[in-house]
Amino acid sequence: MPKNPNVKRVLVIGSGPIVIGQAAEFDYAGTQACRSLKEEGMEVILVNSNPATIMTDGDIADKVYIEPLTTSVIEEIILKEKPDSLLPNMGGQAGLNLGMELDESGFLKAHGVTLLGTTAATIKKAEDRLEFKETMEKIGEPCAPSLVVENIEDGVAFAAQIGYPVVLRPAYTLGGSGGGIAHNRAELEEILANGLRLSRVGQVLVERCIAGWKEIEYEVMRDSAGNCITVCNMENIDPVGVHTGDSIVVAPSQTLSDKEYQMLRSSALNIINELGITGGCNVQFALHPTSFEYCVIEVNPRVSRSSALASKATGYPIAKVAAKIALGYTLDEIKNAITGKTYASFEPTLDYCVVKIPRLPFDKFITAKRTLTTQMKATGEVMSICNNFEGALMKAIRSLEQHVDCLRSYDFSALTKEELIDRMKIVDDQRIYLIAEAVRKGIDYDTIHEITMVDVWFIDKIAILTEMEAALEKGPLTVELLREAKRLEFPDNVIARLTGRTEEEVRQMRYDNGIVAAFKMVDTCAAEFAASTPYYYSVFGSETEAVETHPKKKVLVLGSGPIRIGQGIEFDYCSVHATWAFAKEGYETVIINNNPETVSTDFDIADKLYFEPLTPEDVENIVRVEHPDGAVVQFGGQTAIKLTESLMKMGVPILGTKAEDVDAAEDRELFDRILEETQIPRAAGGTVYTAEEAKEVANRLGYPVLVRPSYVLGGQGMQIAISDQEIEEFMAVINRYEQDHPILVDKYLQGKELEVDAVCDGTDILIPGIMEHIERTGVHSGDSISVYPAPTVSDKVKETIADYSARLARALHVVGLINIQFIAMDDEVYVIEVNPRSSRTVPYISKVTGIPIVDLATQVIIGRKIRDLGYEPGLQPAADYYAIKMPVFSFEKIRGAEISLGPEMKSTGECLGIAKTFNEALYKAFLGAGVNLPKHKQMIITVKDADKGEAIEVARRFEKLGYIIYATRSTAAALNEAGVKARKVNKIQQESPTVMDLILGHKIDLVIDTPTQGRDKNRDGFLIRRTAIETGVNCITAMDTAAALVTSLENAASQGRMTLTDIATIAKSRAHKG
Amino acid sequence: MKAFLILEDGTVFEGIHIGADREVVSEIVFNTSMAGYLEVLTDPSYAGQAVCMTYPLIGNYGVCREDMESRRPWPDGLIVRELSRIPSNFRCDMTIQQFLEENDVPGIAGIDTRALTKLLREKGTMNGMITTDAHYRMDEVLPRLKAYTTGRVVELVTCKEPYTLHGAAALSDNGPISGSARFDREAYEKGVREKKPSMVRALNGRGLKVALLDLGAKDNIARSLAARGCDVTVYPAGTKAQEIIEGGFDGVMLSNGPGDPKECPEVIAEIRRLYDADLTIFAICLGHQLMALAAGADTYKMKYGHRGGNHPVKDLATGRVYISSQNHGYVVDADRLDASVAVPAFVNVNDGTNEGLSYTGKNIFTVQFHPEACPGPQDSGDLFDRFIGMMKEVRHA
Repeated sequence: MPKNPNVKRVLVIGSGPIVIGQAAEFDYAGTQACRSLKEEGMEVILVNSNPATIMTDGDIADKVYIEPLTTSVIEEIILKEKPDSLLPNMGGQAGLNLGMELDESGFLKAHGVTLLGTTAATIKKAEDRLEFKETMEKIGEPCAPSLVVENIEDGVAFAAQIGYPVVLRPAYTLGGSGGGIAHNRAELEEILANGLRLSRVGQVLVERCIAGWKEIEYEVMRDSAGNCITVCNMENIDPVGVHTGDSIVVAPSQTLSDKEYQMLRSSALNIINELGITGGCNVQFALHPTSFEYCVIEVNPRVSRSSALASKATGYPIAKVAAKIALGYTLDEIKNAITGKTYASFEPTLDYCVVKIPRLPFDKFITAKRTLTTQMKATGEVMSICNNFEGALMKAIRSLEQHVDCLRSYDFSALTKEELIDRMKIVDDQRIYLIAEAVRKGIDYDTIHEITMVDVWFIDKIAILTEMEAALEKGPLTVELLREAKRLEFPDNVIARLTGRTEEEVRQMRYDNGIVAAFKMVDTCAAEFAASTPYYYSVFGSETEAVETHPKKKVLVLGSGPIRIGQGIEFDYCSVHATWAFAKEGYETVIINNNPETVSTDFDIADKLYFEPLTPEDVENIVRVEHPDGAVVQFGGQTAIKLTESLMKMGVPILGTKAEDVDAAEDRELFDRILEETQIPRAAGGTVYTAEEAKEVANRLGYPVLVRPSYVLGGQGMQIAISDQEIEEFMAVINRYEQDHPILVDKYLQGKELEVDAVCDGTDILIPGIMEHIERTGVHSGDSISVYPAPTVSDKVKETIADYSARLARALHVVGLINIQFIAMDDEVYVIEVNPRSSRTVPYISKVTGIPIVDLATQVIIGRKIRDLGYEPGLQPAADYYAIKMPVFSFEKIRGAEISLGPEMKSTGECLGIAKTFNEALYKAFLGAGVNLPKHKQMIITVKDADKGEAIEVARRFEKLGYIIYATRSTAAALNEAGVKARKVNKIQQESPTVMDLILGHKIDLVIDTPTQGRDKNRDGFLIRRTAIETGVNCITAMDTAAALVTSLENAASQGRMTLTDIATIAKSRAHKG
Repeated sequence: MKAFLILEDGTVFEGIHIGADREVVSEIVFNTSMAGYLEVLTDPSYAGQAVCMTYPLIGNYGVCREDMESRRPWPDGLIVRELSRIPSNFRCDMTIQQFLEENDVPGIAGIDTRALTKLLREKGTMNGMITTDAHYRMDEVLPRLKAYTTGRVVELVTCKEPYTLHGAAALSDNGPISGSARFDREAYEKGVREKKPSMVRALNGRGLKVALLDLGAKDNIARSLAARGCDVTVYPAGTKAQEIIEGGFDGVMLSNGPGDPKECPEVIAEIRRLYDADLTIFAICLGHQLMALAAGADTYKMKYGHRGGNHPVKDLATGRVYISSQNHGYVVDADRLDASVAVPAFVNVNDGTNEGLSYTGKNIFTVQFHPEACPGPQDSGDLFDRFIGMMKEVRHA
């Protein structure tokens, strides 16, 4: 069927801010879909509140709205842009829900907008628990016995009937929020109550527990003619019970015979046919480990995290094909972009094995529970490809960048057999390391299997790896042993460690014996057809297919690895834009990355894609084949920066700012010298290694002080200390891992925090704008609300910042990007830190100023001058609108995580509010972040003494808006004394009603709880904050944020219709001026 | 022990020896299925060939005897990247190593199967030798390789005596409907395993009698018909057409099988008689090629054939695309087809080669791919229902 001629203007909905369960994969899918639509001559209108995405660029869509994802905003956009169609299934659950709401309300029909792809009826059949179950029963596909309940009593009664344990799944939530397994009535009541609250429709499914069964997924495509294919299947190594997003997953399935494989495949096809899905769909099954019994767990009628993984694992571009299907094409009309010969209506076949490991945030939230459940906790993931499972697992482990490189990286050797057996019963992210230790200790496979339900095939593979560890340790290291260790992807440093040699000796022995990596192609067809797309992975002991090409200058772009808190999608944005900019300048581009969720690992972004770990050894393997003319590290976050030294040793020139200058910005002494030369003030401080030294410096400076390791991301490990005792505590945390660099102790200054991203060509600097943080210093810049243009600082401060920026950039010989953070106290400006590389705010500032700074930085790197690029150096004139970046958190997903803001970054994503006035922009930013108030107009305030003055002012304003204020004893006293009516509530241990009862009573809109300076040791405060978050109550932990929120609410009260801003026009109008 | 795979172009792959300890010369082909190695090994169509599995990890779930597609393995050799050290599956009866040894099938592991596949793709199917003799002399080996042909392999694989498979009397004879099996804790604890699930949901073929000409048939062809209620009598390839014509059958099924279809002139002659007798006929793979030759069409050898479970075929009557299981090195030449004899019914979406014919003025349709699956997708299983529908129509006419 040819494409539908009635489709000309398509509105695409993105997935909004990055949160756990809805991450970069939707930028990948959405970007691919938009490009695919444009390829077909469509006009694409895009809406997504997330400014860090690639999809929200003017060159991806024709019109771009970075606006809150609410029905009213989308209705406004539809009225303004008059699209004829809406594509909702690229924006994850958020996009799908919006599409559904607009369809259900009749708005789409009334305005002549057709829902493309899957219909609303289909979405409902797949997503509504009850309808789904009925549909499955109709076609004879089994589901676990289950009941949808809307109250606790029904849940308790049904659980009594089917027996505990039971699984609880709230309807319409992201990443299984609010779900879990209940083993008894008490647990059931607790989880169910929470789930009912979080569900959009107040429904929770209670079902028989199938934990321990094999979890198998199929990615299925179907077109409007009813043709179906499966793109790939995947087997979760962690059996049912752990969310697939938190499981180690292998593709294709390894332990299924053809009978099981085809049984489930046929079932997946039956299901997609019955649901009538057109596009992509993910079907999850539980398969009984010792019978043919299976259950359908769930169906996602849209592109998903799993579909991104399947696309990268097979080379089959699911989102691109789904977009074409939405336009009316059938699978046999769409070419397979990898082979260029075959069509989309074939099933990829793999001749390699793919392993995905989730990147869990427990290194950020050290107080959080590490247990894995049906609620997803991972912020990102890594994928690896090898022709054997052991190798793929080893490569994935070292891609994580979590201080792990082999199965010994967590040391459990001190545990006895009995302790190990007990410890294995806890399902957490360390399970494979525990299994490895269990194997080493001689615990038999069956025992390990019975406890973990991990298939013995995987246990044996882990055993093969531990046997190799033992063989290497025992020696002697023969050539044959080395060859086998490399086949299993043991990195040289691990071999060195186990054999007592140096890494250099191991490497030399490899080269002397011709043991080098070979590169194979991901071609969708197991070499049956010639493929033209250079998408490679490495193996040992094979012939290489990668050919060195020399058509033009070649640049290596290092990606940023898995998405984690502090290093998110922004760096993929930078890597991709840099790659495009280099290509435009005539370079051949090569990307190395290991993150399957991103745009950068799409096979048609760079000329060549290497899907590999980002360690020096893995990068060197590629360098030996490609011999690039240079590498850029300034776009890939710390992951890429960390490779600088190694690349230089390999003889690869670093393009842009030189490595020694990057060092000068990070090295305290060198940097101090530069500040002295340039006469720029900074907070006093010193460098230390031990707690003793730290205390000495702290006492010299006077508390409070800021303690942090150098060369880290997102302020990891950064803390404000107010006493010797806290210094000791923080130093112990930082020194859990061996530090290659000294720890910094600085005087903590509280003032306005300001930030710039700039491009420098070595002489001139281009500063698109100054961003001001709403929260004063002390809150990590990534967690602060950031406003462009800076609204409250004087022109003198702005001039000083521009001047300091220029001096610093020149002194550091920056060629490319630089990010500088300042503190302003009155008119005095101090520098906090300088990063001569891309930063988190680069996509945001590029979009809101219309200045494509990654593109400019790339041109500068290859030798152009800012003046030649059509820009006048210096601080650019401020825009006549406000753009506010709001951090978004995923605290509800991480049980036990401390939510109060501090110098260590905790947000997972961000959204933007853009408008002519500051107040409207602020309102939009809060709305985009999901703060949609007022509801009940009741709030709780409990603040530390130092904040009481500000709290009074904020409370007064809330009171004026009609809020009823509850406060704990001392806060209530302070408020009442100042004439703000506050009702006193009891603390947790006191008699009811306490502050907890209030929160759990669901009548509270907001909790303002500022923790005492430094780390909050008060369990009360922690509990209040956690309870608020887990019951879906907004919780604010900084007075500046609270003041901003009340401003936004005051504005909302007087706000009429929202105004809309097309980001694409900003870029265009700037280009005209330029 | 070291083993070598020597190809007729002089390429040598060094690996480790698996299976039976003997030297073998054969035609080297590759199969791209990711699961189903046992079905591949026991598919009689591989007689005279050594098969390389492109998926690198083979033997993961061991050997489940009930999944065998015939009484024994047929390939001359098995070529893999890696054999699993342990098998893991609740139905597993033995390891694949044991199975190969028991059935005297030699093989080689640890070679770069992707490099081999690329070579076969580029140069076309080649003959080769698997040997453990490190002192082979190329000048002696190459002439032997060049001289090798698969020959008249149908005679080797067909059954010796006719036999009958009775159709299912009740749906439950086929085991539970796919997936409807309910987990029974008591049975599970006793170690009782669920039967394999059934793929059919109706006994449309009750009362129909089918003659199946065994040219190297996979068991699931007869099973697919019997599961739908048909009584199936399986005849050796050398059976005279007259015997079948007089047998009172509702329809004739021509099976898959190995080798060059043109090596079977006697069978072709008998099939011509079946054609002339106006019987209802459904044919798969070799059967499809032999019917084409019997009706005056031509076949040719493909460069490297189709072997795998992911090939799209398009039903030209409906426009629907099915993912099919495939195993063939020869194909019917659809360009030189007389429309008054037959017209293409299915086409391969990838390369446009013929995948099925509908015979003009006859109650005959034939397919190149494998609706019986095993291994591979079950998407086109309803073609057996189509065959049953044709037989019923004749009965009721």
